[in-house]
Amino acid sequence: MDKNLITGSEALLRTLVAEGVDTVFGYPGGQVIPLYDCLYGYGDRLKHILVRHEQGAVHAAQGYARVSGKTGVVIVTSGPGATNTVTGIADAMMDSTPVVIISGQVPSPLLGSDAFQEIDVIGITQPVTKWAYQVRRPEEVAWAVSRAFYIASTGRPGPVVIDFAKDAQTGFTDYTYEKVDYIRSYRPAPKPDAERIAEAAALINASERPFALVGQGVILAGAESELKAFLEKADIPAATTMLGLSAMPSGYRLNKGLLGMHGNMGPNRKTNDCDVLIAIGMRFDDRVTGNLKEYARQAKVIHFDIDLSEIGKNVPVDVPLAGDVKETLPAVARLLNTAERKVWIDSFGADETEEYEKVIAKEVYPEGSRPLQMGEVVRKVSDAAGGDAVLVTDVGQNQMMAVRYFRHSLTRSVVTSGGLGTMGFGLPAAIGAKEGAPGRTVCLFAGDGGIQMTIQELGSVMQEKLDIKIIVLNNNCLGMVRQWQELFFDKRYSSTTMVNPDFAAIAAAYGIRNRNVSKREDLDAAIAEMFNVTGAYMLVAEVETHGMVYPMVPAGSPIINILTGE
Amino acid sequence: MDTKQLYTLIIFSENTVGLLNQITVIFTRRQLNIETLSVSPSAISGIHKFTITTFAERDMIEKVVKQIDKRVDILKAYYNTDEDLVHQEIALYKVSTALFMKMEGVEELIRKYNAGVLEMNEDCLVIEKSGHYRETQALFEELRRSIGVLQFIRSGRIAITKSKVEPLSDMLSSMEEKINMKQ
Ligand SMILES: Cc1ncc(C[n+]2csc(CCOP(=O)(O)OP(=O)(O)O)c2C)c(N)n1
Repeated sequence: MDKNLITGSEALLRTLVAEGVDTVFGYPGGQVIPLYDCLYGYGDRLKHILVRHEQGAVHAAQGYARVSGKTGVVIVTSGPGATNTVTGIADAMMDSTPVVIISGQVPSPLLGSDAFQEIDVIGITQPVTKWAYQVRRPEEVAWAVSRAFYIASTGRPGPVVIDFAKDAQTGFTDYTYEKVDYIRSYRPAPKPDAERIAEAAALINASERPFALVGQGVILAGAESELKAFLEKADIPAATTMLGLSAMPSGYRLNKGLLGMHGNMGPNRKTNDCDVLIAIGMRFDDRVTGNLKEYARQAKVIHFDIDLSEIGKNVPVDVPLAGDVKETLPAVARLLNTAERKVWIDSFGADETEEYEKVIAKEVYPEGSRPLQMGEVVRKVSDAAGGDAVLVTDVGQNQMMAVRYFRHSLTRSVVTSGGLGTMGFGLPAAIGAKEGAPGRTVCLFAGDGGIQMTIQELGSVMQEKLDIKIIVLNNNCLGMVRQWQELFFDKRYSSTTMVNPDFAAIAAAYGIRNRNVSKREDLDAAIAEMFNVTGAYMLVAEVETHGMVYPMVPAGSPIINILTGE
Repeated sequence: MDTKQLYTLIIFSENTVGLLNQITVIFTRRQLNIETLSVSPSAISGIHKFTITTFAERDMIEKVVKQIDKRVDILKAYYNTDEDLVHQEIALYKVSTALFMKMEGVEELIRKYNAGVLEMNEDCLVIEKSGHYRETQALFEELRRSIGVLQFIRSGRIAITKSKVEPLSDMLSSMEEKINMKQ
């Protein structure tokens, strides 16, 4: 046999290495055994993290991608292995996260015959992937896998599925790695239009109260410093979406906080008060805009985005600025007049004071008689972690409190499920985040509901000896749903109370150091212990059951209809 | 408020498996019905052309077209209204040979509709007519009233823009420049 021939499995792994992959998350099974067999010999080049459920593999790959900027990689088996990844894939699609999922598939002659563990992976995943492709022959591997990485990581990133038939894994092929950097039907980034750039600059130059909405697009483009230069030149206050949070450090002079349903009062109100609204790499999600009919009607809107289909999708746009913000931000900034807008910027102060008095003080510095509050736990952990930590969250009240009160100084510091709001995202994403940024402290906040959706991943934490700090904010209920029931459903608490296990004991069973805290006076010591311990730690904070996340803009209300709980 | 009207989407794509599915899910999500659909190889080898008609509001059709255009394997998607297009559908009508022969004014009918007879045997005969929906439908009504129609089928619309160049050709030539530059 020709010595230059290698198996499809080998071709796949060589391509992964050539694409710069060093870590994969996965779970083996019948239809990927040949690939795993080959992986056995790649231990020195590819680290494989064995998860406990395939959903966890995708979330871990997402966490890895979000902190590192690299493409996350997942390997799973066919049938149930592949279907278990669907939630993670959908999450990555919504949140523009580059991941490549390789799923085993039955041998190609059996395709379409309902063979054991055969499932139409392409059909199932096509609506929630950027690209999905079935590899049936070993000769296709090099091309398809390299293409997958190119598609996943360029333009607006997203998940790509490679469905890998077993006979293509075992069959032999010639192999040469060829990097894909061009696909004729795919334009990752539209070319910026000089006229639009001039129009945008003119609008901003003529504006008195410009306001910038910053989304994850800035982080994905690596345009944090371009953003800063843009904002500073024309002295433009800005706020971020939840996924865009770490595009600017907390406390930065022009960072006015978080937008949306549980965002800060200033940014939401100023949206309906500014004269020019500058959206940068964000997509006007309904959780950000509230009722569109009463959203920023007074403002001229400039929308910077790499994805043409986002421009004008939800909010009518006066100046569409298609392109990569790494190019378009400096191009507009060059034409901006320097400005100073002290009065406008200071005008956020009144809202900040009001929010502090009505909401923040009570949440972060509650009266001694009240049970532990989520906000105070988050802030204390944040203070102890220092500004360089990575925040990972699950979904629900814990998430909102974490993103509101955790502070960060670096980019790629907030890993959370935005568009899909996937409970169970947190723990596996934290595992991936630690793999992707081993030098950084990783703090996970999760609710008692969400942690139980993927709690089995404590096994992966144990096996990999990962140092992640897990804070369970245990309110013994599905808090966010309970909050809606309290506010909008007559306090009819339908199926939101939870009888919970002893979380600390579960951690202990996995060999993870732990502590349960219900008294305020024990909190500081517990947090200090958590950070002093090297290795994983679970801090279970027994928090108020009836806690509420405020401010809150009820779903479908105008963005300035802000409840404070007063 | 926008009113609904008939739009024709013309989509050029790579000839990859599962593309129709990628396109139809975008319609499904927006609760749009596909009125007609026609798929065939285009003049450019390796590139397929989809012609889809649907009733929608302009704002909606614009969003749908952008979402289709964004798919990796789609080269270009755009939409037109009837004024911009030369378009046709083809219809086949099966009728009883005996009744057709007995019918009065058969020849005028065929001539009036610019139809033709494709095939005839002693039992039945197949008439072919191409034209706009209105026209193929009118012939159908007339035949049904007079001699009855045994079987009827109408194709999806096919269409060509009236403007001189197809937008795709511009795109392809700029793509080719790019490829040449790389070499
Ligand atoms: C997979 C999934 N199922 C259901 C929901 C709906 N949901 C959103 S928040 C929430 C409550 C979460 O409860 P918990 O994890 O205890 O967190 P808390 O809100 O109490 O902090 C639920 C059920 C969801 N977002 N994801």
